[in-house]
Amino acid sequence: MAETLIQKIVAQQAPAAAPAAGAPFIRIEDVSLYYGASKALKNISLNLDEKVVTAFIGPSGCGKSTLLRCLNRMNDLIDNVRIDGCIKIGGHDIYAGDVDVIELRKRVGMVFQKSNPFPKSIYENVAYGLRLHGMKSKSDLDAAVEQSLRSSALWDEVKDRLHSSALGLSGGQQQRLCIARAIAIKPDIILMDEPASALDPIATSRIEELILELKKDFTIVIVTHNMQQAARISDQTAFFYIGELIEFGPTAKIFTNPSQKRTEDYVTGRFG
Amino acid sequence: MTPEPKSEQPRPHGWIGIHRGHKARPVEWLAEKFIFLVSLSAIAMVLLIFLFVAREAMPVFFGEANTALIQPTIPVAELDKHSPAELQRYLDLTPEQYKSVDHDTLLALMQGKLDEQNEVPENFRKDADARINTTEWKYLLQSHQWSGYDRPEYIWQPVGQIKKFNIIPLIVGTLKVTLIGLLFAVPLAVGAAIYVSQLARPRVREVVKPVIEMLSGIPSVVVGFFALLVLATVLQKIFGYQTRLNAFVAGIALGFAVIPVIFSIAEDALTSVPRAYTQAALALGASRWQTAWQIVLPAAIPGVFAATVLGFGRAIGETMIVLMVCSASVMSWSIFDSARSITTTIAAEMGEVVAGGPHYRILFLLGALLFAATFVSNMIGDFVIHRFKNKLEGKR
Amino acid sequence: MNGTQARHFRADKFDFWSFFFSGLTGLATLFIIGILVTILVNIIYNGWSSLSWHFVSTIPTDLFNMKTTGILPMIVGTTIRVFVMTIFVIPVGVITAIYLTEYAPNTSLITRVIRAAVNNLAGVPSIVFGLFGLGFFINFVGKNMDLLLHNPTSVWGRPALIWAALTLAVMTLPVVIVATEESLKAIPPGLREASLALGATKLETILKIVLPQALPGILTGGILAVSRAAGEVAPILLTGVCTYMVGLPHSPTDQFMDLGYHVFILSTQSNDIDATRPILYATVLVLLMLTFALNIVAILIRARVRKKLRALG
Repeated sequence: MAETLIQKIVAQQAPAAAPAAGAPFIRIEDVSLYYGASKALKNISLNLDEKVVTAFIGPSGCGKSTLLRCLNRMNDLIDNVRIDGCIKIGGHDIYAGDVDVIELRKRVGMVFQKSNPFPKSIYENVAYGLRLHGMKSKSDLDAAVEQSLRSSALWDEVKDRLHSSALGLSGGQQQRLCIARAIAIKPDIILMDEPASALDPIATSRIEELILELKKDFTIVIVTHNMQQAARISDQTAFFYIGELIEFGPTAKIFTNPSQKRTEDYVTGRFG
Repeated sequence: MTPEPKSEQPRPHGWIGIHRGHKARPVEWLAEKFIFLVSLSAIAMVLLIFLFVAREAMPVFFGEANTALIQPTIPVAELDKHSPAELQRYLDLTPEQYKSVDHDTLLALMQGKLDEQNEVPENFRKDADARINTTEWKYLLQSHQWSGYDRPEYIWQPVGQIKKFNIIPLIVGTLKVTLIGLLFAVPLAVGAAIYVSQLARPRVREVVKPVIEMLSGIPSVVVGFFALLVLATVLQKIFGYQTRLNAFVAGIALGFAVIPVIFSIAEDALTSVPRAYTQAALALGASRWQTAWQIVLPAAIPGVFAATVLGFGRAIGETMIVLMVCSASVMSWSIFDSARSITTTIAAEMGEVVAGGPHYRILFLLGALLFAATFVSNMIGDFVIHRFKNKLEGKR
Repeated sequence: MNGTQARHFRADKFDFWSFFFSGLTGLATLFIIGILVTILVNIIYNGWSSLSWHFVSTIPTDLFNMKTTGILPMIVGTTIRVFVMTIFVIPVGVITAIYLTEYAPNTSLITRVIRAAVNNLAGVPSIVFGLFGLGFFINFVGKNMDLLLHNPTSVWGRPALIWAALTLAVMTLPVVIVATEESLKAIPPGLREASLALGATKLETILKIVLPQALPGILTGGILAVSRAAGEVAPILLTGVCTYMVGLPHSPTDQFMDLGYHVFILSTQSNDIDATRPILYATVLVLLMLTFALNIVAILIRARVRKKLRALG
C-alpha cells in the first residue's frame, strides 16, 4: 500500500531539475564522526547541489541528524565529539583551522525539530539575527522582517500582532516563524531537522508548501522520518542506516527503483 | 542549463568570508577568559580562608609562641654573645623589625624585657606553673595538675596571670551540644522526610515542604533568643534540672537550626529513589508504609547518612545559638551542665584579645580546627550523595 | 472477577504497623511545623505591642530604656552592609554560574574542583568567615592599604562596614552561584541552539537570550543571599559591628550597628531582662519580618519562574 502511494506521489512530481554540471555545492568527503569511542557516522561521502532539496531518511539513530548538524558545525557544541574527513561548501573546507564557526552559521541556517522561538515578540524573533549581523536602522529592519515573514507565509497571520509574544502562536506558526527567523539573515543553505514531526497534518502541509517555495532561493537539506514527505518535497534522497550511507540518488529512483535491498525494505515499510 | 561559476553568484556574504579565523573575535576571547578567571574565585576563597586562618594560627602550631610568665633573661651586657636569631625570638620581634632597630634601641628593649620580668608578682616566683609555656601542644591537649589543684585537669582559662589554654573542654563542649542537637533533629527530620516524600498526599506535600524549609529562614540569633527566653524555661519545667541554661537547651535549640538542613537533603534523597521501585512494591500488594520502610528507606540510606553528616557540619559550626544559651567552659560530659563550644569561644573572646598575642593565635587555631572538621564532613557528605545519585542513575 | 475484587478490598483489614508508623512520621512533621509556629507566634504576639513608628525611626540614646531607645541605626546598618555585599557577590556569583553552565566542559577537572569549592564554601561555619575577614581583609588587606596610603592612624586596618560586607559576600557566594546555576539550567537548550544557529556568538547568546531568561532566577538568588546575610551575626562580630555608636555610619570604614547583633546584646548584656524584654521582642520581630519578607518574595518569584518555564516547554 505504502509503496503505491509513494510511487504515486513521485509520479506526480515535476521531473527533478538536472543537476548543475559544475562542482557540487556541498561536498561531503569520507566523513566519520565519533562520540567518544563509538562511531556514529561511518565514512560518508555525498555531494549536494545548489538550490535543490535533499532529504536524509532512515530509521532513528541512523546518523542522519548528526550528519545534518555537521554541516553548520552544531556538533561542536557537544563535548567529546571528533570528526574525520572533510566537508566543503562552495569549495571551502568548513572544518579548516581558520574557519570562523560564527561566519559559517550565518551562511548555513537551521530549523530544529522542536520549534524554539525566543520568548520575545514575533518581530524581535525575526529581527534578532538581523541585529546580530549589524542591521540597525528601524526601516531596514521593518522591511527585512516583513519580507521574511512573507516568504515564510506567515505575514498575513501575524501582521496585526507583530509585537505580541511569539509563544502565543500555534505550533505550526511557531515553526514557520523559526523558518522566517532563519531565512531573515539570508543564508545560502537551510538545514531542517524534522521540522514537521511535531505538527498536525495541516500545519505539516503548509510547511511542505513553504519548503517547495523556498527551494527557489535556498539550498535545503531536510531530515525526515516521514517517507511520504521526503517523496513529496525532495529532489534527491539519501538513505542512512546505522551510521552508513546506503544509497543516494534522485528521489524518484530511491522510492521506485532502489538499487539496494535495505533501501527497498525501508521505503516499502518492512522496517524502520 | 549552463553551468554557472560559483563565484559570480550574488551572495550576501561571500564564502571566502568564513576564513576569518576563529581567533578573530578578541572580545569573545577576552570575555571567556575573564569569565573563567572570575569563576576561579570560589576556589581562591576556600584557599584564602584556609591560608589566612592557618597563617594567624601558625606560631602556636609550630610552638613559637611563649606564654611563660617567667622566662630566662639575658643580661643587657651579654647582648653580643647571642646570635641575632636568638635575640629576635627573645625580644618577640619579627625578622624585619629586628633588622630595622639600631643597637641602642636593642639595648633599651633588652632592659625592658628585664624590667618586665622584675615586675612579676613575688608569689609566682616559686610557682612551677609560671615557667610553663602554656601554648605547647602538651598543655593544649593533655590534662595538667596546676598548682592549687589536687589532680590533673583539663582547663580553658585564657585570662589571668597564668593562662590555661587546654582545648579539650571546648571540644567536649562542642561535641556534647552537637550530639544532643543531632539526636533531637535526625529522627524528627528523617521522619518528616519519609512522611512528606512517601506518605503524604501531593497537596499536603506542597504545603508542608516549604513550611519546614522556612525554618531555615529564621536567623540563628533569633533561635538563640527564643531558646534563651522561652525554651530554657519550658524545658526546665519539664525536666526539672538545676541550671536553667545548659548544654541540653543549647542542643535542642541547635536541633531547630539543623532540622531544615537534614530534612531537605533526606527528602531529596528519598524522592530520588526511582518510582519504579515503589510502584513495583505497591503492585505486589505492599502498603504505602511497607514500601517506604522496606524499599525506599534502604535505597535512600546513603542519602540519609549524608544528610546527617552535613547536619553535623552545620551544627558544629553554629555560633550564636550556643553563645547565647550557654557559655561556661566546664569539663563535663553531663548534658545538664553548661558547655562552651569552639565557635562560642572564638566569638566571645576574640573581641578582647591582643592581636598577635598567644590567645589570639589559639583562637585562630581553633578556627582552623573547625574549618578542617567541617571541610571533612562536607567532603564525606558530598561524596556519599554523589555516589548515591550516580548509583541510582545506573552510573558507576 | 470476584477473586480480584476480594483481594482489592484487602485494605479492610486494619494494618496496625502501617497506621502506627504513618502516624509517627506524621507527628514528626507536625512537631517540626509546631516548632516553627510556636517561635513565630511567640515573637509576633510579644513583639507586636511594643512595635511603633517611633521605635523603628529613632536613633537611641539609651539602648535599654524603652522610652529613649530605637532601632533606626540598626536597620540602617543591616541594610547598608547587606546592600554593599550584593554589589560584590552578585556579579561574581552570576559569572561563576555562567562559567559552570555555559562554558565549562562537564567532565573536566577544573569544573569539578570549582564545584567542590562552592560546596565547601557553603559548609564553612559562619564564625570561620569572621576569622577570615579579620585575618585577611582587616589584618592583611586593610593594614597593607594603610601602609601604602601612608595613613598616620589606622583607617582601613580595623573593623569596618566594608570588611563586614565583603566577608558576607564571600559567605553568600555559594547561595548566588547555586540559585543562578539552577535558573540557567532550566532554560531550554533549544533557545541557545537557535541563537547559535543564527550565527550569534556564545557571548551574544548569553547576553541576549540566556541572561534575560535567567533574570528572575538570579534575582531569587540575590534575595536569598540577602535574607541569609541579614540574619547572620557571627561573621560581622569580628569584622565591623559595634554595640553602640553615635549617629549613623558615614563611610565604608566606619563601624555600624546591626539588628541581629542588637538582639544578641539585648538578650545577653541587659541588667534587667524584664525591662528590656519588650525592646527585645520588637527588635526580633523587625529582624524576622525583614528576613521572612525577603524569603517569601524569593519563594514567590521562584514559583512564578517555574510555572513560566514549564509553559515554555
